[in-house]
Amino acid sequence: MTTTLPAYDEVVARFEPVIGLETHVELGTNTKMWCGCPTDFGGEPNTRVCPVCLGLPGSLPVANKAAIEATIRIGLALNCSIAEWCRFARKNYFYPDMPKNFQISQYDEPLCFDGYLDVEVNGELVRIGIERVHLEEDTGKTLHVGGATGRIHGATESLVDYNRAGIPLVEIVTKPIPGTGALAPEVARAYVAELRDVIRSLGVSDVRMEEGSLRCDVNTSLNRPGEEWGTRTETKNVNSLRSVERAVRSEMLRQASVLEAGGRITQETRHFHEDTGDTTSGRSKETATDYRYFPEPDLVPLAPDTAWVAELKAALPELPRLRRKRIQQEWGLSDLDMQSVVNAGAVELIEATVAAGTTPAAARKWWLGELSRRANETGVELADVGATPAQVAELQGLVDAGKLNDKLARTVLEGVVAGEGSPTEIMTNRNLEVVSDTGALTAAVDEAIAANPDVADKIRSGKVAAAGALVGAVMKTTRGQADAKTVRELILARLGA
Amino acid sequence: MSDLTKLSAVEIAGLVASGETSAVEVTQAHLDRIGAVDDRVHAFLHVDTEGALAAARAVDERRAAGDELGPLAGVPVAVKDVLTTKGVPTTVGSKILEGWRPPYDSTIVERLRAAGTVMLGKTNMDEFAMGSSTEYSAYGPTRNPWDTDRIPGGSGGGSAAALAAYEAPLSIGSDTGGSIRQPGAVTGTVGAKPTYGGTSRYGLVAFSSSLDTPGPCARTVLDAALLHEVIGGHDPRDSTSIPAPVPDVVAAARLGATGDLTGVKLGMVTEFIGEGAEPGVMAAFRDAAEALAKLGAEIVEVSCPHFKYALPAYYLIAPSECSSNLARFDGVRFGLRVGDDGNRSLEEVMSLTREAGFGPEVKRRIMIGTYALSSGYYDAYYGQAQKVRTLITRDFTSAFEQVDALISPTTPFVAFPLGSRTADPYQMYLADLFTIPTNLYGGPAISVPCGLSDGLPVGFQIMAPTMADDRMYRIAAALESAVGTLTPPTI
Repeated sequence: MTTTLPAYDEVVARFEPVIGLETHVELGTNTKMWCGCPTDFGGEPNTRVCPVCLGLPGSLPVANKAAIEATIRIGLALNCSIAEWCRFARKNYFYPDMPKNFQISQYDEPLCFDGYLDVEVNGELVRIGIERVHLEEDTGKTLHVGGATGRIHGATESLVDYNRAGIPLVEIVTKPIPGTGALAPEVARAYVAELRDVIRSLGVSDVRMEEGSLRCDVNTSLNRPGEEWGTRTETKNVNSLRSVERAVRSEMLRQASVLEAGGRITQETRHFHEDTGDTTSGRSKETATDYRYFPEPDLVPLAPDTAWVAELKAALPELPRLRRKRIQQEWGLSDLDMQSVVNAGAVELIEATVAAGTTPAAARKWWLGELSRRANETGVELADVGATPAQVAELQGLVDAGKLNDKLARTVLEGVVAGEGSPTEIMTNRNLEVVSDTGALTAAVDEAIAANPDVADKIRSGKVAAAGALVGAVMKTTRGQADAKTVRELILARLGA
Repeated sequence: MSDLTKLSAVEIAGLVASGETSAVEVTQAHLDRIGAVDDRVHAFLHVDTEGALAAARAVDERRAAGDELGPLAGVPVAVKDVLTTKGVPTTVGSKILEGWRPPYDSTIVERLRAAGTVMLGKTNMDEFAMGSSTEYSAYGPTRNPWDTDRIPGGSGGGSAAALAAYEAPLSIGSDTGGSIRQPGAVTGTVGAKPTYGGTSRYGLVAFSSSLDTPGPCARTVLDAALLHEVIGGHDPRDSTSIPAPVPDVVAAARLGATGDLTGVKLGMVTEFIGEGAEPGVMAAFRDAAEALAKLGAEIVEVSCPHFKYALPAYYLIAPSECSSNLARFDGVRFGLRVGDDGNRSLEEVMSLTREAGFGPEVKRRIMIGTYALSSGYYDAYYGQAQKVRTLITRDFTSAFEQVDALISPTTPFVAFPLGSRTADPYQMYLADLFTIPTNLYGGPAISVPCGLSDGLPVGFQIMAPTMADDRMYRIAAALESAVGTLTPPTI
């Protein structure tokens, strides 16, 4: 089905979008939600399992206190009220990656509710309402073998890995977000980025979208001005910040073209495709699945002690947005410069690099320059580009000590990103250190003088500026490793200028 | 020493401890007895001969080494097939788990092993503990040793019949709506449902999580108390387990056996002593109540007006929970798998597995529960039933402001003939009329033999407040001292 999509500015001139986001965050607790199995990523399939997370007959769940604490802290950081009493509920549906064929989740009694998160978009503060934050368990992973789509339909065989089953999962649901107009895609992205930063600052999850520890579903609807909100679609498989933005935009365009043609929007799940930036239709939600929720009888109600909640609240770290304000002042950045640091996802990276002894300016130069370029080229988040703040600080240290010049430092950084080792190791192994030892350079200088008698004469006659050509020649023979300043001094001394 | 099988657990433990007999000898005697009679009784689904003898040898070795033995060391126990046993088949009386050997022990079984008891095997039961006659077992019914043409009660008919047939001196049952007490009543044995949360459900294959309660079965009250003490107490693996020590049920049973109930006030449940119970059952019950009065107890009538709604509330709550608990039996990870021929879809294989693996009563309850929980009906059925549950709990708490314990017949009728009630589920459900309220409330209750009606045993039920299990044992032991135990006919 190929239809010509309308232009984006026409769409936002005729329609108002309402968006909403459901985010799942895998908590970084040591053990699973209901048992003592480890939670770390990777591992041979079905090696991190026990009777409880396999849902064997007779097994029972015991709630992980660390997960409850983490959820409450997320709720508090999102300005939520914390339930004085709430229960887990069973969400019943059959699927082979759900060991019990029900998921222990929360239904009408979420642990945290009614909060908000302020996010900055184009220098404006947008307040995103938080409907609820609740705790549930993750499912296993199914691999469908055979068939064209990798989906269950048409597959010849399905393999299930239960290592992920029972990992604590926090679901954060926004209230509907109307009124953002053309900025809707950016608001969605900014919200997820801010939420990720908040959760990371709490230290409760590594919130890596590409590993699935932060997963996002985006709800989008369009309505004409003055009319009721439209039918919404839920877009899944949105696995990066960029995709969040693209998914909203793409869905706005698609819905607008359907509505313009006099069609109606189907309430359904749609799948986002990273390669094309499009969404395709998934499961229709018009005949709603009946999950037959009821309170989980194997668990006792949760009644977080109010004094404990107050303690957790008092101990919350400085929230990212406020921290950014403070850092901007400390680093002396303009709003625009700070914005580019934030957009690049470089705040924590620069901060850590500065903490390791680098000046803010130098740290910013590396992260926003060479490394951002590299991250863009390879399509990864800056934090995953392959260099750590400690390595960047070490690199800058070598520059400051005169062992690397700017060009050599870039070469070393390439080695770091390629995983060749620490900057010092790479410099040594690849013999990239600046040659400033005059003994070693004299031969190269003499060679350059002998090869360029005309230039040498000019210098001898007082045209010192001509020395540049000889410096260039020496740099060439030393493959850029010579210290240019030393070379120049040597040439001038040699020629008595 | 063939009469080893006629001894109480206390007596056996004493003989083993003193060295007058060995645990192996005791175990062998019971295995022989099982071999001799179980083809007629069918109390066992699986006899673990080697495991039992090995456990017995270990006890004998510990004794020989001078280790101190627990009060039930060397005593054989039969375990209802609802509890997981590591490496030993656990079927829950269902085809859907045929051949499944769990990789772990339930907490109850773990504690039985730690106490040096000897597990003889796994006993027959109505499939998934749903039934009152053991006729819904996928492996054929158990028969009542008092009359092998009659039912032994259910769901734990195997555990009760094993005691009455002298195949085991102790057994474990589980009580969701009366599955320990009603079989106890109709086989003339003692069956106790502890306070909910007083015994761990970890490893108990769930039927209805908020009601299921494992507990002890024995031929005497003291034996039941000793077994209760071994299996009871807090288990961190069960979130609904009560974090408190087991009430001193053994001391209470010994105190009760002295036959003095002065100062104890008992309430006959008005709603259970009128219509509903057979005249012979009522006569035996009233005689036993008289006997308690002679021991000094004051007996009054207490009305519990909401008890009449217990049965309908139970048949919404239990099926609702069961519909969810039994969802995991889908052929994917364990147990039966049907139709996996490489052509059928996963959904078809799941459906065929469940179609073939579950019996009609289990399917009936899954369907009722699925319906009761579905959106649009939840409030009218499950929600309403929970409100009734609250009202029944209030009946109990207000009754216990007036009396120390409530009493009633355990079941309205004596053991009925096999096949006489299977055609009408409601007639079967009535067997639990008097036992169900306690499950909805969560308190302890016990059935103690109190006489015969037409030559068949009648059970006397004592219901106590939550965590007053000791009080229940005291009264039960006093009753036993007054009316004596029942001796079944020889098989």
